[in-house]
Amino acid sequence: MQIDQQTLQKIAHLARLEMSESSDHEMIDSLNSVLTWMEELNELDTENVQPLIHMTEEVNALREDKIVPNITREQGLLNAPKKDEEYFRVPKVME
Amino acid sequence: MNPEIRSKYEVVIGLEVHAQLQTETKIFAADPASFGALPNTHISPITLGHPGTLPKLNRKAVEYAIKLGLAVGSKISDRQYFDRKNYFYPDLPKGYQITQDKTPICIGGGVKVKLKEGEKTVRFHHIHLEEDAGKMLHLDGESDSLVDYNRAGTPLVEMVTEPEIKSAEEAFQFMTEVRKLVRYLGICDGNMEEGSLRCDVNVSVMPVGSKVFGTKVEIKNMNSIRNVYRAIEFEIPRQIEMVERGEAIIQETRSFDANTGKTHGMREKESMNDYRYFPEPDLTPLIISEDWLSAVKTQMPALPWELFEKFTREYHLPEYDAGVLTDSREIAEYFEATCSFTNNYKAVSNWIMGTVKSYLNENNLEISDFSVSPERLAQLIILVDEDKVSNSTAAQKIFPELLKDSVKTPLQIAETNNLIQQSNTDSLQSLIDEVLAANQPKVKEYKQGKKGLLGMFMGEIMKKSKGSADPKVTTALLQKTLDSL
Repeated sequence: MQIDQQTLQKIAHLARLEMSESSDHEMIDSLNSVLTWMEELNELDTENVQPLIHMTEEVNALREDKIVPNITREQGLLNAPKKDEEYFRVPKVME
Repeated sequence: MNPEIRSKYEVVIGLEVHAQLQTETKIFAADPASFGALPNTHISPITLGHPGTLPKLNRKAVEYAIKLGLAVGSKISDRQYFDRKNYFYPDLPKGYQITQDKTPICIGGGVKVKLKEGEKTVRFHHIHLEEDAGKMLHLDGESDSLVDYNRAGTPLVEMVTEPEIKSAEEAFQFMTEVRKLVRYLGICDGNMEEGSLRCDVNVSVMPVGSKVFGTKVEIKNMNSIRNVYRAIEFEIPRQIEMVERGEAIIQETRSFDANTGKTHGMREKESMNDYRYFPEPDLTPLIISEDWLSAVKTQMPALPWELFEKFTREYHLPEYDAGVLTDSREIAEYFEATCSFTNNYKAVSNWIMGTVKSYLNENNLEISDFSVSPERLAQLIILVDEDKVSNSTAAQKIFPELLKDSVKTPLQIAETNNLIQQSNTDSLQSLIDEVLAANQPKVKEYKQGKKGLLGMFMGEIMKKSKGSADPKVTTALLQKTLDSL
C-alpha cells in the first residue's frame, strides 16, 4: 500500500491535524517508509497465529459495583480550557 | 399514500436499542451512574479521559448483560475483549468510545412479538456492552456548547436486531416487549423520556421480491415507543415517494421531530471505517466461565412470557387477564402472592385488574406503594366467596377501610361495621314471618297468583335487615315460606 496525497489528507482530517502544503511530501515519504518496512512482516505465514491483543496473561480484572468518592466538580473543571461554574464549554457544535 | 404504490415496496427495518444498565457505578469507573444529579458532579479522572488513568470493568454490568442474553436465548460469548471506536466529538473526552465491536457479549437470540397476523420472533444479530457518552447542551443565544459528563461512562447494552422488522407496528410491539423485559430483569428502568432506553431505527425500502436492500436511513431522537412508530410511519412513504420520483436515497442520519411528526436530515454518515476500531489495550480480556454463567442463571427472575404461560395454563386465566397481569413484574408478583392464599384465581385477577388498578391509577400510585397486602386482599376475596359479604360491599365498603387500616382483617372490618350478610336462617325466618304477618292482604293476593309481589316482600325484608340479608338465601327462604302457607 502506498500513501498518496488524498489518503494523507483523510488521515490528517480524522486525527484533526492540519498539514501544511510544504510538509505534505515529507510526511508521505515518511509514512511510506513505515509501510514498506511493515510489509516485510507480510512475508511471515501467520495463518494459524491468533492476533496478540494483550501483553499479559491477566484476564477478568473486574471491579465490584461500589461507589468510590471521587473528584469534585471544581477539581474536574480545573484544567478545562473553557468552563463556567457548572459546565465544560466547547465551541458550538450543532448536529 | 396510494396503497397500490405502497404495495409495490417491501420495508426493511432494523433497530439499535440502547439500554442504560441500572448499576450503582459506571462501566469503567467508580463514580455514580444515577440520573438527575447536578451537572458534572458524577465524574472522575477516568470519566474525563485524563492521561494515565486506567478503566476497570464493572462486574455487575457484565452480569446484567448476561441476564439479558440468557432471557432472549443468546449465546453468551465465553471470551471477549473491548474495542475503541474513535471519533472526535466533545461528548466523549477520550476521543473514543469503549465498546465491543469484534466480540459482543451476546450473539443471536430473539424476542417474540404478538401481531394481528400471529406471533413472530424478531431476532438479534448481537447484544454488546459499551459506555454512554456525555450530554451536550446547545442553548440559544450561547456562543458555546455546554458539556455535562455525568452520563459519560454509564453502562449500556446495545441490542442490534436483524433487519427483519417489516412495519411500524412490529417495531412498536418489539419495543414494548423489550421494555417489559429489561424491567422484569431489573437491569434498566426502561424510561424512554429520560433516555435510559433509546431506539435508533434503520429503515430502507425496496421493490417487492428484490434481493438487494435499498439505501438505509437512520432515525434518532424518539423519546417514546409511540414516536418510534410515528417516525417509521413518516419515513416509509417519504422514501417510497423518492424512489418513485427516481431520486436516490442518501445514506444519512435523520432526526425525528415529535411536534411535526416528521424526520429531517442531520448529517451524512461518514463511512464505517472512519471509526478505526482497534482493541482496547487498557482492559483485560473478559472470560465468562461455565461457573459464572450458572451463578447468573440462578438469579434469573420469572420472565413475562413464562408467567403468561403459567397464568393461562395453571391458573386458567383468559389471555387478556394474563396479558394485563404480566405487563409489569410487580403486578404479576402481587397476583401470584395473592393466589397463594386463595384458589379463586379469576376473582384475584378481577380484583387486581379492577378495583386495585383503578385505585392505583386514580391516586397515581404503583403497586409497590399499595398498602393492602396480598394476604388481606385474599381474605377479602374469601369473605365474598363464603357469601359473608357481597362483591359490591367488599369493593365499596371494606376495601376503602383496608386502605386506611392495616391491622384489622377484612372480617373484623365487616363485623365492626355490621356488613356481614345474614344467612343465618333462624333470624331470617323470623324477619320473613314478621313481614308476611304485617302484610296479610298482600300474601292473599300473592297466593291468588300475583307473583310479582315477591319483590315487594323482599324489599321489606331487606329494609328490616338494614341491607344485611343475603339476597340469595333470603329469596329461597321467602319462596319456601310462601309456598308452605
